[in-house]
Amino acid sequence: MIKELTLYIDGIEVKVPEGVTILEAAKKVSVEIPTLCYYKDLTPTGNCGICVVEVEGVGTLKRACCTPATDKMKIHTNTKQVLDARKTVMELILSNHPNDCLQCYRNQNCELQTMAEKLGVTELPFKRFDRDMPLDDKGFIIRDSNKCILCGRCIQACQNIQTVYAIDFINRGYDTKMSTFMDMPLNDSTCTNCGQCVAVCPVGALYEKSSIDEVWAAINDPTKHVVVQEAPAVRVAIGEEFGMAEGTVSSGRMHTALRRMGFDRVFDTNFTADLTIMEEGTEVIGKVIKALTTGEIGKHLPVITSCSPGWIKFMETFFADLREHISTAKSPQQMFGPLAKTYYAEKEKIDPKNIVSVSIMPCTAKKYEAARPEMNASGYQDVDHVLTTREFAKMIRQSGIDFKNLPEEEADELMGFYTGAATIFGATGGVMEAALRTVWFVLSGKEMDNYDIKLVRGMDGVKEGVVEVPLSEANAKALNMKVLPVKVAVAHGLSNARKLLTKVATQLKEKGASEYHFIEIMACPGGCVGGGGQPYACEYAARARRADGLYKEDKEMVKVRASHNNPMVQKIYKDFLGEPNSHKAHKLLHTKYVDRSDLV
Amino acid sequence: MAKIFRTHILVSIDPETLLSGAKGIYEKFKKEVEASKLSNEVMVAETGNLGISNKGVVVVVYPEGVIYVNVKADDVTKIMNEHIIKGRIVKDLVFSGEKVSGSSVKMELPKQNRVVLKGSGEVDPESLEEYIGIGGYEGLGKVLFEMKPQDVIDAVKKSGLRGRGGAGFPTGLKWSFTAPLQGEKYVICNADEGEPGTFKDRLIMEGVPFRLIEGMTIAGYAIGASKGFIYIRGEYALSIEKVNKAIETARKNNLLGKNILESTFSFDIEVRKGAGAYVCGEETSLIESMEGKRGNPRNKPPFPGVKGFRMNPSVVNNVETLANVPAIAVNGADWYKKLGTEKCPGTKVFTLMGDILYPGLIEVEMGTTLKDVVYKFGGGIKEGKKFKAALIGGAAGAFISEKGLDVKMDFDSLGEWAAVLGSGAVLVMSEDRDPVETLNSILEFFKHESCGKCSPCRIGTKRLELISKDIMKGRATEGDWETMKELSYTMKLTSFCPLGQSPYIPISSFSKYLEDDMKKNLNK
Repeated sequence: MIKELTLYIDGIEVKVPEGVTILEAAKKVSVEIPTLCYYKDLTPTGNCGICVVEVEGVGTLKRACCTPATDKMKIHTNTKQVLDARKTVMELILSNHPNDCLQCYRNQNCELQTMAEKLGVTELPFKRFDRDMPLDDKGFIIRDSNKCILCGRCIQACQNIQTVYAIDFINRGYDTKMSTFMDMPLNDSTCTNCGQCVAVCPVGALYEKSSIDEVWAAINDPTKHVVVQEAPAVRVAIGEEFGMAEGTVSSGRMHTALRRMGFDRVFDTNFTADLTIMEEGTEVIGKVIKALTTGEIGKHLPVITSCSPGWIKFMETFFADLREHISTAKSPQQMFGPLAKTYYAEKEKIDPKNIVSVSIMPCTAKKYEAARPEMNASGYQDVDHVLTTREFAKMIRQSGIDFKNLPEEEADELMGFYTGAATIFGATGGVMEAALRTVWFVLSGKEMDNYDIKLVRGMDGVKEGVVEVPLSEANAKALNMKVLPVKVAVAHGLSNARKLLTKVATQLKEKGASEYHFIEIMACPGGCVGGGGQPYACEYAARARRADGLYKEDKEMVKVRASHNNPMVQKIYKDFLGEPNSHKAHKLLHTKYVDRSDLV
Repeated sequence: MAKIFRTHILVSIDPETLLSGAKGIYEKFKKEVEASKLSNEVMVAETGNLGISNKGVVVVVYPEGVIYVNVKADDVTKIMNEHIIKGRIVKDLVFSGEKVSGSSVKMELPKQNRVVLKGSGEVDPESLEEYIGIGGYEGLGKVLFEMKPQDVIDAVKKSGLRGRGGAGFPTGLKWSFTAPLQGEKYVICNADEGEPGTFKDRLIMEGVPFRLIEGMTIAGYAIGASKGFIYIRGEYALSIEKVNKAIETARKNNLLGKNILESTFSFDIEVRKGAGAYVCGEETSLIESMEGKRGNPRNKPPFPGVKGFRMNPSVVNNVETLANVPAIAVNGADWYKKLGTEKCPGTKVFTLMGDILYPGLIEVEMGTTLKDVVYKFGGGIKEGKKFKAALIGGAAGAFISEKGLDVKMDFDSLGEWAAVLGSGAVLVMSEDRDPVETLNSILEFFKHESCGKCSPCRIGTKRLELISKDIMKGRATEGDWETMKELSYTMKLTSFCPLGQSPYIPISSFSKYLEDDMKKNLNK
């Protein structure tokens, strides 16, 4: 049984169960202790020293974030001594920070800036001194150690949540900095570009390489035809930047905003998400049938999804031996790229060299994916510029668009019509659910009675289960069974992926086959809704609310809910690609993977 | 049966004497003994440090107990011919404190009451027989066959033994938190000894390593641990060697390993090397370092006694603390309580250095006054100068001026004088010294050793160093000195671990005892 504790915070009695910290206990009685390095989903470290409080009978101040409450504890959170100490600590931090807020990427969206104001800092009594550490801007995530306040959130995200271990503290004392092994550029490390470090950074020490200027230049270049695609998870998060609740579905406002910003065609990544299901679903069905009919289960199964570029680099680095099991289907972004410069170019009779293809993604790894050397199936770089949700919000603000009150518009139909199956790609389990809707139809010849597949939804780290797919007569005959039990697993967050993949690799090695047929993996916790390019302060609860928005759009707002029923997808196969996994589809829509195990 | 020799020649081997060529002297003695065909009568052995510092190679000849210092290669022949063969003491080389006009023997060393260092400098640290000869392993025998684990804890509790690493936490109480917990438990010996000016643990490990091993084994029995670790700083090559050899010997003799002395108790010890970071002397950083991680402190609670190494309950004790345990086991708590003061029983090993006549190591009862430590045991100030100040307890220690000479050297009495006992380092400054320089090097030290985890310490130590530089350059104002005091106080309140909380101690005690010296350096 958990003991109940009684303690007194600023004289107010509060009862909490054992194990609760002072910070959490204080929240219960509306006492808000200021914090800086603390982050709800991470283990408190006590690095910054801002959340200190007085505990009667203790000589020093205690950190509220990581000190457990004890029975009969008497705590004072706002005495002069406490307020002065917090302010002095903040002044110390600011004396070692560039304080160039006006030019900073995080201006007005910076936890340090906000906290300095909150603690009443109006002058800087300590003379400033610089650390003069070089900027690491070789890759798509920029690291400015001079701005770093060494809160350690990024390191926890990288090591504990993602198990990538690209970064850690190096050096000691005043020379301590967050860096990679041997202080190499992030780009040359095991970094997957997932951006979870960026998502939790309280200041401008980690941020994505911006493409805003290039995109404005393209839009304003009359010789260029600029097309844009937006990932599913963007539409349920962009509103947060304009004061709307997490999970508000802003698909229509997003399309309108893009048109007003001057994009020549506003398409939607959701269209190619539907296409991904057709390609990947066909691949899965083919491999399952091959495995069952040849008996070489371990050779063909499981099939693992390939939509998440952070996950792909992780796999290439840590699980390179499993490359054969990764679906060759490109991600929706990279399917859109070559089609815009071939299919769309042909339809509209535009010279593809004049097409500039822009994508808006909840993701920092998508910038890396677009720049991978093999991503040029159209003969040009397939996707020219990738913007994060945050960059998109900055551009909306620059354009003077009142996002919240915009009318809603549809995307341009040819590559913009999408189904509910596509929109749930943004949540963990979404790709799996979307694929199962189509796989079910192909194998049984019937639509599902209920499209909602609950067992793959939700925020559990690894979800797994069996979906019993009834087989059509022909398939039943070929496979010699009436119902095919498809064993699926879904993991999100790379630590969960590592757990699941280790199990799969062991099973393959020891038994020659794994228990799973089909696995979905997303690099970021929560899936793309929790991507490294999304608006800041996205705690896990907020990620779940964004996912709810996607499920709402799927269930209540779209006309079609399964990818194979998307008329524009049917049209592209009829007019251009032939059939799923055709030769042309393979050339444009499939890829292969690299062995990067030498990085470890 | 061990052989009996008429004469023992003991050559003190420690890093300092090694630098003066002790190994060569030792070899030369052996050769000469053999050449004189005295191998059956005279034994030449290595021993630990005798507590004499800065005096070159130190050699002791028993049974007379004559201490020779500054022994050079030529002197070996002289000692052999005169002393060993003819029985005439070589007066030129006899330790006489400060040499006065060449030859006269001025004084004898004052009597110390040795518990922890008993036998150091007298026995061969590598010889188990010799350790047993001075009463070694009597304690373990008694504990294993006559006492229950709880009895041992009660005895240590009753003895009033307090941690000798600096904080002075009651050892028995610490053990009693861990003893009732289930599962794998560890005894960890903190031999990181990072406090500047402290070298007591080193000399215990090099002089009587078996005492530490015996103490740890008893501690393991008391708390129910089967595994012990000694975390020794990597620079202590000789300590590591001596302790490893002693562990090996103890294992061979069934004093470590499975079913010790055929009892049901099993215990083994492993040495872990530190890399010399000051912060790793803090117990949670030490544990992180042992786990192969960066030496950063952990949040407390949970304390190591509940969740320590590999998140298992771990008792972390200093070398000197554990070396007290065998004597308590043998002689009982009441005997121990007769030593020292009421609240701080026992003895304390001090390392004396600076402008003092006899720098080195002393072990005296708790509560000995600073005056006695400096003048009686330390022989007073060099060259008859006046006492200016002492820094007690290392970098995280306190300054005390002559106003405080009467302070009793124990945990509580020093506290009343706004000072700390800390590790037992005593740095003495004569009237020729400017204590401001000492303060400056302390602050440089803290800046260098901050681990960088928490902002008050990381930036604060840097800031203190910057102000101190201004003071040294003569461009600081009274306001800067005030800022220094206030900042160190805020750091004491808000730093994550004792490192960042510590600069307040030297700064505030400096202000209390040596404010005038600071004023001279301000507003130039």
